Amino acid sequence: MKKTVPKNVLVIGSGPIVIGQAAEFDYSGTQCCKALKEEGVRIILVNSNPATIQTDFEFADKIYIEPLTKETLTRVIEKEKPEAMIATMAGQTGLNLAIELKEVLKKHGITLLGTSIETIQLAEDREQFQALMKRIKEPVPPSQRCTSLEQARGALKKLGLPLIIRPDFTLGGTGSGIVHRDEEFEPAVLRALELSATRSALIERSLEGLAEFEYEVIRDAEDNCITICNMENLDAMGVHTGESMVVAPSQTLTDKEYHFLRASAIKIVRALGVRGACNIQFALNQKNGEYWIIEVNPRTSRSSALASKATGYPIARVATKIALGYSLHEIENRMTGQSAAFEPSLDYVVLKIPKWPFDKLRAQRGLGTQMKSTGEVMAIERSFEACLHKAMHSLEMQVKTDFRFDDEKTINEWLQPNELRLLAIQELLSTRRMSVSEIAKRTMIHPWFIERIERVARMENELKRLKADEPGMALMHRAKQDGFSDQDISRLSGLSTSSIRFFRNQHHMTPVFKMVDTCSAEFPAKTPYYYSSYDALDESQILVKKKRRKIAILGSGPIRIGQGIEFDYCSVHAVLALKEKGFETLIINNNPETVSTDFDIADKLYFEPLTTENVLHVLQRDPVEGVLVQFGGQTAVNLALPLHENGINVLGTSISDIDASQNRKRFKNVMQRLRIPTVESGTAFTREEAVGIARGISYPLLVRPSYVLGGRAMEIVYDESQLLDVVDEALFVSGNYAILMDRFLEDAIEVDVDALADGTHTKLAGIMEQIEEAGVHSGDSSCVLPTVRISKEAMKKIRRFTIDICRSFHILGLVNIQMAVKGDAVYVLEVNPRASRTIPFLSKATGIPLAKIAASIQVGGKLTEYFKDFDRELIPPKGYYAVKAPVFPFRKFADVDPVLSPEMKSTGEVMGVAPTFEEAFLKAMSAAGHSFGPTVYIGSCGKWRKALVNAFREAGIRVLPAWSPEEALTHLRNGEISFIIDGIRSRSNARSDSALRREAVQRGLPVLTSAYLALQLARSMRVVRSPFSLVSLNALHD
Amino acid sequence: MSFTRGGVSAKDALLVLQDASFFLGEGFGSDRTTIGELVFNTSMTGYQEAMTDPSYAGQVLTFAYPLLGNYGINEEDNESQRIHVKAMVCREVTSFYSHYKARSSLDEWMKTQDIPGIHRVDTRAIVRRVRESGVVPCAVARRDPSQSVEDQVRALQSTITKYRYSEIDFVREVSVPEKKKHVVQNAKKHVAFIDCGGKTSMLQELLLRGMNVTVYPYQTSAEEIMRDRVDGLLFSNGPGDPTMMKKTVATAKQLLAEKPLFGICLGNQVLALALGAKTFKLTFGHRGSNHAVRNLETQRLFITSQNHGFAVTDLPSDVLPLYENCNDGTNEGLRHKTLPIFSCQFHPEGHVGPKDSNELFDEFVKSL
Repeated sequence: MKKTVPKNVLVIGSGPIVIGQAAEFDYSGTQCCKALKEEGVRIILVNSNPATIQTDFEFADKIYIEPLTKETLTRVIEKEKPEAMIATMAGQTGLNLAIELKEVLKKHGITLLGTSIETIQLAEDREQFQALMKRIKEPVPPSQRCTSLEQARGALKKLGLPLIIRPDFTLGGTGSGIVHRDEEFEPAVLRALELSATRSALIERSLEGLAEFEYEVIRDAEDNCITICNMENLDAMGVHTGESMVVAPSQTLTDKEYHFLRASAIKIVRALGVRGACNIQFALNQKNGEYWIIEVNPRTSRSSALASKATGYPIARVATKIALGYSLHEIENRMTGQSAAFEPSLDYVVLKIPKWPFDKLRAQRGLGTQMKSTGEVMAIERSFEACLHKAMHSLEMQVKTDFRFDDEKTINEWLQPNELRLLAIQELLSTRRMSVSEIAKRTMIHPWFIERIERVARMENELKRLKADEPGMALMHRAKQDGFSDQDISRLSGLSTSSIRFFRNQHHMTPVFKMVDTCSAEFPAKTPYYYSSYDALDESQILVKKKRRKIAILGSGPIRIGQGIEFDYCSVHAVLALKEKGFETLIINNNPETVSTDFDIADKLYFEPLTTENVLHVLQRDPVEGVLVQFGGQTAVNLALPLHENGINVLGTSISDIDASQNRKRFKNVMQRLRIPTVESGTAFTREEAVGIARGISYPLLVRPSYVLGGRAMEIVYDESQLLDVVDEALFVSGNYAILMDRFLEDAIEVDVDALADGTHTKLAGIMEQIEEAGVHSGDSSCVLPTVRISKEAMKKIRRFTIDICRSFHILGLVNIQMAVKGDAVYVLEVNPRASRTIPFLSKATGIPLAKIAASIQVGGKLTEYFKDFDRELIPPKGYYAVKAPVFPFRKFADVDPVLSPEMKSTGEVMGVAPTFEEAFLKAMSAAGHSFGPTVYIGSCGKWRKALVNAFREAGIRVLPAWSPEEALTHLRNGEISFIIDGIRSRSNARSDSALRREAVQRGLPVLTSAYLALQLARSMRVVRSPFSLVSLNALHD
Repeated sequence: MSFTRGGVSAKDALLVLQDASFFLGEGFGSDRTTIGELVFNTSMTGYQEAMTDPSYAGQVLTFAYPLLGNYGINEEDNESQRIHVKAMVCREVTSFYSHYKARSSLDEWMKTQDIPGIHRVDTRAIVRRVRESGVVPCAVARRDPSQSVEDQVRALQSTITKYRYSEIDFVREVSVPEKKKHVVQNAKKHVAFIDCGGKTSMLQELLLRGMNVTVYPYQTSAEEIMRDRVDGLLFSNGPGDPTMMKKTVATAKQLLAEKPLFGICLGNQVLALALGAKTFKLTFGHRGSNHAVRNLETQRLFITSQNHGFAVTDLPSDVLPLYENCNDGTNEGLRHKTLPIFSCQFHPEGHVGPKDSNELFDEFVKSL
């Protein structure tokens, strides 16, 4: 076939990480860019998310970090005149934009590569899709589309309960839900209509309780069609597939069932005319073999990322080549050197478990048709039990759940879909409270899986009987084969982990590493992608290349609030930097969505839990010169000490210095010695101690538990009664550790400093000023580079403090320092000797690859290779401003108060770049999805009211009357309010009821709960009157 | 079976290869000792279909997929009357199964039919071994506690050496003893099914298309078949070396110019030999559900189910290659330039595996 490879292609990214659309689109987008580059295509990339690999110059030629709106993209198209565009690598965002841009593309004669807009619309529009299914005789559940409550009532009559209500055109199932009772029906319909971009929703017979299966299909322009992977959801229909545990390949299907679903998938993909990748979801009645088509996604997806990592088959890469006109047999399978025209065969089991934010968001824990998880882990092993254990270890869960099954009602609650159900099932089986078949019946999980969990429970009971003097070779070996970690065995048996370890080593009981090769070893594989298993033959040393210096990089595990894609970005940069320097690199990680776990990023990929035991096993088989722990967030840093204690050479800042920075007492001593002010603080183990310390420090106070990520259970209290309200939970979360109490600096400005140091020099990488007042978690605040409100004197102090801190803690690589500024006074709040979440933002704003430089320094490089001037911090060139803004998941959690606090709640971030601060700020707000209409309601905001009213009036915004919250709610529902400012907390203003804020968020209106942020918004709206400028990173950094 | 659910059982079974390398695992199914040719299959489902496929006669089948027995054994998915593999090797067989059609566990089924199995061995190591040095004679046995492992391995090795795999006529063991006619209502045509070890679903495909089918023993003469007034012949799949099928090849040769002929798997090789082509033994064969072939007439790709150890080569000038394997480029089917004769090396009937190339049966029926 003739290939008409275009000269330049516009690639759309998926924007910030939100629930339902996470790192998987940077993974597929990056793979797409690599595939285009191989063909000599010039790539124009637009994405508002700076923490993406695809927006690096290694992967794209012209890069715009700009809001993903029709307006921006139209202007990029007019300026760059691309010949073609790819929109199928950016999730629902990409498809929606492609549909919105239909006319623009036509006007400029731009080809949409891959699957056509017509096919996308056909797959997205349920009525058209159902009509097509009926034509080709594929079964779809009966349904009716509604645009009004009136129509919906008709549908209810016709279809009967239970029903599922799905709004059209939303992300990750937002607003969809199952209705079981009459009284739930109308509110659910209204909400769905509200959330839909087209104000329409589908009302459909609920298939709740049936088994759910997915197939990943690829079709080329010559109608060759293959399936890459099938997947089985453990949770029955009724739980969103993104919320379900998923196993690949299917475990409970016969060959006939596997193939009739496969044949159906292929038939559908052909009928739709997909060119590229497509995901199809089926519901199967496992009592009679009846099946239904649930949904089709004609693009790369979270499932296609999982399927790629599960099989080793690079779906996004192959889909891109197909979009360029290649047929499947002309594309190479780079793992085996054969063609991409084959269906992967697995000789292992893969399990995905989602990671939920319930530890951060105080939301209802139930799972359903709406996604709540922020990320996921994947495990590969040779048995289901081992896979399950690996996935659990990868989740880094710190739950101490004491299941109390007092009565039937509690048992029933635990057996409903929730994130701890698996553990509850295990407990019920372990204590023989319930049988496999009873649990299967009540959870609607296939009995095969429940029986596997029962095996785990039985093994646990056996391990409880292990004896110290004679642990039992065979039992121990089986336990390890079943995936029990030394820590699990220790917890169950009471033996110490070190004695278990000693026993195992004595008996050579260590895992081997098996290869993921797409073909079950049928052909020799070329790509080194490994997982551990207690089996006989090790394959990790089969492909040893010429001897080079070798370094391992630890990844950051699942994406969660507080540890997002930014750390994967840094990990990938560390790998790339070391590869450039000629090192052999190993990466260890367990997140299937990310670029770091693409098989051709590092020289070797070990898909493993990030625990001491798993990492040590890798490094025992595959010894390295050193390990980098600075790039994988707190997950990796936490492994520094145990790895060091086990004789592993941890590179970068020393273990003792890491400890000095984290240990409050040692930290305070160093600060005192350096004459760096810190805020007064104390620690308490009891209520009484806390009250005493509070009196000594004086209010307001910041109260938080020790050793937690992202500010969990952190609170600001203004007086003793407030302290008493929060102290119990903080003590509970803190467990055996003390709670920390700091004086809270009211109305101060927080500053985030990132710096590089090599032992001789320190380079201030960036001083970022937070726009919100102090007290908002830095991950939840917007920030600007360079600073705008910090005095000269304070800046001098910030620079001196940073240099002194780097020297005293002997920082090697990156460090992140949080400071608070009040007037000319500067306080240091904390020092984190690792890459921070602002590194990608800073790298994009300044054009300097900070994580790469840090990695080079940790293997002996010097800062003088990269910098000449060490006096000044980095800032964006040409007098430009860069603003980072967070995005929040509140729309998915109708019961959570959307208010900023010291506890982190955001899932992702965007960046705006412009010649002025005000414009950069508004761009970032727009990229974060906020649009500010003509009327503002200013609610509860204490002392700030007057300033806010004046500021918005000056900006030409109509300030609505000071209604009571109840009145405001009515006006909100009437559509009179465009955005609200409410819930600003200060000494005089206790936080108001959250009902108004929650409802506004559900209606898609911006809700501002920070006075400084609101004032900045008003100022920016007043100053910026013309449309945004279009800024490419190329123009900024040329 | 030695499952102590959740507990630990002893390594009580052995898989010994001709060169005395061995794998220690746990036995299931029958506890007798057996000898056969060690092969592997990479399909992730379909153990029941594969084990009852007569093409596997004489072979010890290793499943690359690690978890077997999950959905048990049912009454519908047999590809013949009985299990044809001599033994089964896998990483883990489960005693617990769950499926609405299931009637017994894999283990019980194998016990009933006296077929041994060994599990909890590193099957990936075995697959690599076969890939690297080719299919190899082997023995599966329970451990004899009265002997040391080394002694038992040596004893088994000498038994293996006496076994002449290439001299056994496996087709004789699996073909029907006498001809049998299957009649459908309102039959359109009558097809002769030359049973070299044919699968049930292959027969089903013809019946489904409204054909009366007579199944013949593989050594039936051309004259006898012609007497039955058939409209065309299907040469089925089957085990072993096609060059041992002298009589069947002769029958095919006699009928070349007489009737439409269609060959599948071993049947393809029989037709190829009858047309004057050659066959050779592949190092480790093609056994799986994911093999891509290309139709050389249309350039279309098909994912196919495969199970063969020999391949066709050196086609005469009046025969064109019809399909080609996308991986190793071996011939996957042929078509005569002028006569209504065509064949394929893969299994268009699926079971195990996909039925993407199912239209070949339509083409055959049309040619009658």
